[in-house]
Amino acid sequence: MNKVGIVGYGITPFTKDDKKIESILLDSAKELFKNNQKINRDDIDAVLVSTNNNSKYLSPILSEMAGIQPKIAHTIESLCNSGTNSIVSAYSYIASGLADMILITGAERYDSPGQILEWDNSRGEYKHPIFWASIFAKSYKRKFSISDEQLAIVSVKNHKQAKENPNALSNKTYTVEDVINSKKLTEDLRLLDCSRPCTGSASIILASEDKAKQLTDKPIWITGIGQKTTSAGFTKNSSFSSMESTKLAGQTALKMANKNSKDIDVAEIHDAFSVCEPMALESLGFSVGGRGMDMINELHDTNNFKINPRGGLIGSGHPLGATGIAQTIEITQQLQSNAGKRQVDNPKVGLVHNMSAAATSSTVLVLET
Amino acid sequence: MSFESKLNEGEFFIPECTECKKIVWPPAEFCNHCFGVVSLKEGPFEGKIMEFSRQNEQYFCLVEFENTIKIIANISKIPIIGQKVKISKCGINAGNYFFQVI
Repeated sequence: MNKVGIVGYGITPFTKDDKKIESILLDSAKELFKNNQKINRDDIDAVLVSTNNNSKYLSPILSEMAGIQPKIAHTIESLCNSGTNSIVSAYSYIASGLADMILITGAERYDSPGQILEWDNSRGEYKHPIFWASIFAKSYKRKFSISDEQLAIVSVKNHKQAKENPNALSNKTYTVEDVINSKKLTEDLRLLDCSRPCTGSASIILASEDKAKQLTDKPIWITGIGQKTTSAGFTKNSSFSSMESTKLAGQTALKMANKNSKDIDVAEIHDAFSVCEPMALESLGFSVGGRGMDMINELHDTNNFKINPRGGLIGSGHPLGATGIAQTIEITQQLQSNAGKRQVDNPKVGLVHNMSAAATSSTVLVLET
Repeated sequence: MSFESKLNEGEFFIPECTECKKIVWPPAEFCNHCFGVVSLKEGPFEGKIMEFSRQNEQYFCLVEFENTIKIIANISKIPIIGQKVKISKCGINAGNYFFQVI
């Protein structure tokens, strides 16, 4: 397989703006080309769009708006992990030799139809994500004797880290009391435990090894990919206090990169809700079952940004189709020592965890300098 | 007679493959194991509460039937993990299934 590297990216602030999806897509693509003037748009072989928006033919539309005539142009949708699914598709095109350079753009509106999986009738009238998150939270708290106050640290930490991210939706810090006193959505979930849907866009360019070395002095290599889909329906999960698809995807990605979780210097974790962060850390092997909050507490107390340096989904906002790409951009910036006040100390290996629909599907990427 | 037509009449049936006898959930026309034709098994069925939470005053719970099917249902009293329950009301409202257990 050909080696695949990240050679450029563009991202714009996540907002609550009411804009057309086509304009949102162009926002970050424009930013990408402005910041990477060595990239010749005539050399782009494929344009992949990641979104849950119902508008059609968005990749050819973005291509036309950006002055690109690609060989391959299509949309990829997989709810909340559409972004990393697009990166995996682009990786495959390049690794197989079908393409040399690919633009991937993820975008979403604040009112994305991808927030509710209408098909999943086993949830009865409880189709909104806050209900699966409540079941996860209750189950996790029950199994490991964790309190609401302990889980609230995830939100406190990630909002604190988002304050250093100029593109984050949130610009406020909160205390544990603020989280506990925020609007109670269910017995097990407060408003500040949740990531918020928003309008946002993120673009990234992947290239073959030769092309990457021509275009940048600091390519970041994708060295591990793992994906697993265990079901589509929430109630088919085998556990409600751990994430099976994340565990399997993580193992595959780390094995491909010949790494283990101890080698990871910085990671973006899909914290759609507070409880997801410790569950994912445990499923990825960063901590044993039930001890994820110990790790999160220690990172928070020492002001270490190793996990979710951009503020995660809770702090940054969650524009579904853009999220996986924004996570990958963050790890790229970290590995290039270009993350400003969020920079962790000299990272060499990073990990991205992006998942869909109550962890029924997960993607894990390993990135290296 | 489909699962949904019966559910719409307020009756809960369990879809089962006529060939391999596997329970097919979510309900489908064909078995996802052997692609055999699916028929409906009549209840009543006893379920077990696996987990629960509450929105405002309304409790909702994850209930398992036949060690296979899991659904989210309303329950009026405070649920207990492992509690045995039966479906007391079900149907389709504005395209969404709904279930209530006692």
